[in-house]
Amino acid sequence: MKPKHKNKEPLELVCPAGTPAALRTAIDAGADAVYCGFRNGTNARNYPGLNFDQDELIEGVKYAHARGRKVLVAINTFPKAGGEKLWHQAVDNAAAAGADAVILADIGLLDYATKKHPSLRRHLSVQASASNHMSISFYRDRFDVKRVVLPRVLSVEEVKSLIDVTGMETEVFAFGTVGPMSEGRCFLSSYMTGISPTSEGACAPASHVEYKDCGGCTKSCLGGVTLNEFAKGEPAAYPTPCKGRYVANGKASYIFEEPIGLNAIDILPQLKEAGVTALKIEGRQRSKAYVAQVVSAFRKAIDAMESNGDYETFANDLKTIAEGGRETFGAYKKGWK
Amino acid sequence: MKKTTNKATSSKLTIGPLFFHWSAEKRIDFYNRIADEADVDVVYLGEVVCSKREHFFEDHFMKTAERLQKSGKEVVFSTLALVTSEREMENIHSRIKTKHMVEANDVACLAALEGKPHVVGPFINVFNESARDFMIRNKAKRIVIPVEASLDAIKLIANKSKAEMEVQVFGRQPLSVAMRCYSARAHGRQKNGCQFVCGLSPDGLAAETLDGQQILAVNGTQTLSHGYAVSVEELPYLQKAGVTHFRLSPQDVDMVTVSSIYRSAIDQKISAKEAMKKLRALCKDVPFINGFMRGSRGMDWVGD
Repeated sequence: MKPKHKNKEPLELVCPAGTPAALRTAIDAGADAVYCGFRNGTNARNYPGLNFDQDELIEGVKYAHARGRKVLVAINTFPKAGGEKLWHQAVDNAAAAGADAVILADIGLLDYATKKHPSLRRHLSVQASASNHMSISFYRDRFDVKRVVLPRVLSVEEVKSLIDVTGMETEVFAFGTVGPMSEGRCFLSSYMTGISPTSEGACAPASHVEYKDCGGCTKSCLGGVTLNEFAKGEPAAYPTPCKGRYVANGKASYIFEEPIGLNAIDILPQLKEAGVTALKIEGRQRSKAYVAQVVSAFRKAIDAMESNGDYETFANDLKTIAEGGRETFGAYKKGWK
Repeated sequence: MKKTTNKATSSKLTIGPLFFHWSAEKRIDFYNRIADEADVDVVYLGEVVCSKREHFFEDHFMKTAERLQKSGKEVVFSTLALVTSEREMENIHSRIKTKHMVEANDVACLAALEGKPHVVGPFINVFNESARDFMIRNKAKRIVIPVEASLDAIKLIANKSKAEMEVQVFGRQPLSVAMRCYSARAHGRQKNGCQFVCGLSPDGLAAETLDGQQILAVNGTQTLSHGYAVSVEELPYLQKAGVTHFRLSPQDVDMVTVSSIYRSAIDQKISAKEAMKKLRALCKDVPFINGFMRGSRGMDWVGD
């Protein structure tokens, strides 16, 4: 199948809306679409103080539509046995609010949405971890999924090949964290906390984080497990299981991934050339100031690239706010694996 | 096969796919012993973690399957948990073409398996009734519930299921899959050029916290619990809940003895307490865990 979307439309900028205020900030800063979730375990960022109730979503959709932008609703955790109603309700509410699409991961929930709301556009969440054309085609053919958010474990070449074979719209992570694990199938955080990212929507919840003073150093712990140590005065990174330091084969190291940010702004032309439809900015748990800064930098970069190809002046604006103050292309470049 | 109406003895014991990179000789010995000596009903055979390892055993693969089948075991071909390359997809198709059932561990397999009896493996998320029912409509004969599920969740999913239901009751629990090779990183290498250093750790490479707590085991691109999951006391509950198959995930211990302990416990020939004592003696220093099933932190042991 010929890729339908290749290189025709400008790259779509999909931005985080952790709160109604962040939604307006992102749209004012130039987001083409925002994504958000309900205030419960139906979305993968179920943290205190975040997310939307139904009235806020309705208002958010009005605000976006009045400006010609879109709202995508993430209902991307895996419904709990015996409790699926909450997830069904979330899909019904997103449809009722006039959302432009729902972002889903669970096969049971995709099945529900396909039958109950056939005209509500469905995107496949990164939590479904669809990393090959057979999986993507399966979701497309069974649930009429229109867009797939690709796992951030793929190189640009692999992204291109998936688009070429499936002809699907794809959304890729452009700014945020580097997730080394296959998402939606990682039980490391629940192993240490008992709270499940997959069905309760909280990875490394703050309620289980502790910073312990151990004389000359600070230990950062999750669920009582020491994930890192920092010298006095050194900034202590947030303890996430896949970004911790462990001792293996006799030496301490970041065996999975370093606490480092993903920033793909320098490779926008390659992503566009590969046929990518949309860029995803992470950060529903980040401040409005962060959202404004990242979104406007990407807006300028995309506009400059689409109009004359010269966008490099904007690329460096983001270096200071990357996770851990450092950044990487992650899996997009060869040699990461 | 024995015909019986006794609920306890109709439970099946299975040997899950071997996660570790054992030499061909070690694998052949292992499966021969399973074929000849282990009282198990089903053996899952195939590489789940890393396709680079596959060719080491490919010459022995079908022979091993035949040998197991001749000894009365049902043989199921397990497939990769994370599929990305064309070669990996071709390999899945070649497994599907055989007479054996296939265990799908990536959604990639599901379209090709539609209408053909198969097993949905623990690396595909089936966490609720709707996902289960979709799989059954796709002709899943058996579903392995992911290790994160609690007893309550297992009961809700397995209860009145039209498919057979399986859970892991022994062995390190798989906690994540990735593209990156952590065994290679621990040895200062990358995945290309790994020189198969994962083979140096036949039971997984320990990853401890900086203050010396044993917490995880890495195995190539896979991360596992440090402790062995052991669910013996839970067996009667699970049987009553509708679980039909009980999976023993191979570790570098005497798995024939492990299977006979579980067989005796399932058949109620020995008490849970006795079974635990025997397992404890066999598994030496490795702690036991059951936290996920008990609704606690996965790393915990809940109980005596």
